[in-house]
Amino acid sequence: MSITIGAGIHPGPRKDLKVAAALGRRRRRVDAIVRILGLVAMLVGLAFLASILLTLAYRGSEAMGLSIFTRVTAPPGSEGGLLNPIVGSLMQAALGTAIGTPVGMLVGTYLAEYARGSRFGDLVRFVSDILLSAPSILIGLFVYTILVMPFGGFSGWAGVAALAIIVIPVVVRTTEDMLSLIPNTLREAVIGLGAPKWKMIVFVCWKSAMSGIITGILLAVARVAGETAPLLFTSLGNNAWSVDLTRPMASLPVTIYAYAGSPFEDWIALAWAGALLITLGVLGLNILARSVLRGRK
Amino acid sequence: MSITAETTETGTKGFGGVQARSEEAINASRISIRNLEFFYGENRALKGIDFEIPDRQVTGMIGPSGCGKSTLLRVLNRMYSLYPGQRATGEVMMDGENIIAPDTDLNALRAKVGMVFQKPTPFPMTIHENIAFGIRLHEKLSKSQMDERIEWALTRAAIWDEVKDRLDASALGLSGGQQQRLCIARTIAVRPEVILFDEPTSALDPISTLKIEELIDELKRDFTLVIVTHNMQQAARCADQVAFFYLGELIEVAPAVQMFTAPKHPKTQEYITGRFG
Repeated sequence: MSITIGAGIHPGPRKDLKVAAALGRRRRRVDAIVRILGLVAMLVGLAFLASILLTLAYRGSEAMGLSIFTRVTAPPGSEGGLLNPIVGSLMQAALGTAIGTPVGMLVGTYLAEYARGSRFGDLVRFVSDILLSAPSILIGLFVYTILVMPFGGFSGWAGVAALAIIVIPVVVRTTEDMLSLIPNTLREAVIGLGAPKWKMIVFVCWKSAMSGIITGILLAVARVAGETAPLLFTSLGNNAWSVDLTRPMASLPVTIYAYAGSPFEDWIALAWAGALLITLGVLGLNILARSVLRGRK
Repeated sequence: MSITAETTETGTKGFGGVQARSEEAINASRISIRNLEFFYGENRALKGIDFEIPDRQVTGMIGPSGCGKSTLLRVLNRMYSLYPGQRATGEVMMDGENIIAPDTDLNALRAKVGMVFQKPTPFPMTIHENIAFGIRLHEKLSKSQMDERIEWALTRAAIWDEVKDRLDASALGLSGGQQQRLCIARTIAVRPEVILFDEPTSALDPISTLKIEELIDELKRDFTLVIVTHNMQQAARCADQVAFFYLGELIEVAPAVQMFTAPKHPKTQEYITGRFG
């Protein structure tokens, strides 16, 4: 480097202080405009969100009561509750997650530990990412054609399958991302002790990535808990009490969909209560996911 | 340099003020390397290396970044086999077997040739489990035998007193220097014959560095040690034999005293006096 600092040696014309000051004023003006635009955008967004949440809290809590958890759905005017949709949603979301999680974890592990830089791995990752952003009604229709039509009817299992398909790509993504964060030297340290690769993955890599993977699973649960479209074509809904997965099964989102569009005031009130329940559930899962993630320091 | 640990009473003043240990005798060979070549894809990283690693002594490997010293270390436990596209040719003989042959049992080899890395690599488990993990890979021990082995390994790695009351605590809570000694204990616990150190102190503070160096001096009574280091003083303090690598070639190998007082090759002299690297 041969740049010498001193008067008269710099290339180009002398620095004009007036130009510099003008440029500074312009910079501050642009900064102020951008800041105001950002602030307005934030306020608009927050206003919509707040109005949704406040309306939901107000209308939902009005309709909320113990009978919602103790009574099954009933015809309009006969004091029904939401017991069967609540139980149906819990069962289908839990089973869908239980089936989708291991598949997603294994695929994510394959991508991160075995298929790095391989073309087949890139293809699998690409397909999984497409699945992640596929409209959920497509998944409902897909399961409808392979599980509902051939087996002669809507069933809880079909709903479980549709939710599992939604869970898989979410878990694939988080598993791969979390495993990719693990430094290679940790892998080498396990291999350096003479451990086979599967023990490295199960006892060290999964363990290191576990809190991140659990966070992903919780977010996947939160996502499927509110899905309506895939269930409309698969488990359909059921107005009677049923925990039989081979028959149509009620779920909160489908019940909300049916009730909110009805002309009956008590049904509409129940739909608000159901919507509030789902929102609180998803909120709870998100808080849980955040605290799990924070738990790993 | 702030560290001026005297490793021998009769250290010899060499180039660059480096104190070298005085024992000159080099033991019989434990690992014989013949015409070793190493490739990262098409890139030849080691060129025709011939080299003897003496039994139960410390071999220091020095040289500027990218000279091939770490590559050679990773040949000795076949770590490179994890990565497709990396391959070695030639002979690395240990106990009558060529360890770079394709049919080598890698898990058995790595149990025999342990490795300690530049950054501490504690597993996300308790201190006890960190040590037990490696042992369980190769041996079935009763609970009392296991506890005994773990105490032995932690004692040999000079960390037992610091952790004996918290064996069930997470290893991630230890300090950097403690974690590195834990990793050494984990390696020793498998009872290897050779231990490879890849710049084991470059991420540590001076006090921790001193502890690890003392430990290396202690361990060579029972283990054959190979250490890659960027620190000339460290090579001089720890090593019995020093090898200087440059651009993938082994330029010079000699007893430490000779290397630091009367290097034969001009390139070696330039490097150890700090003129490049």
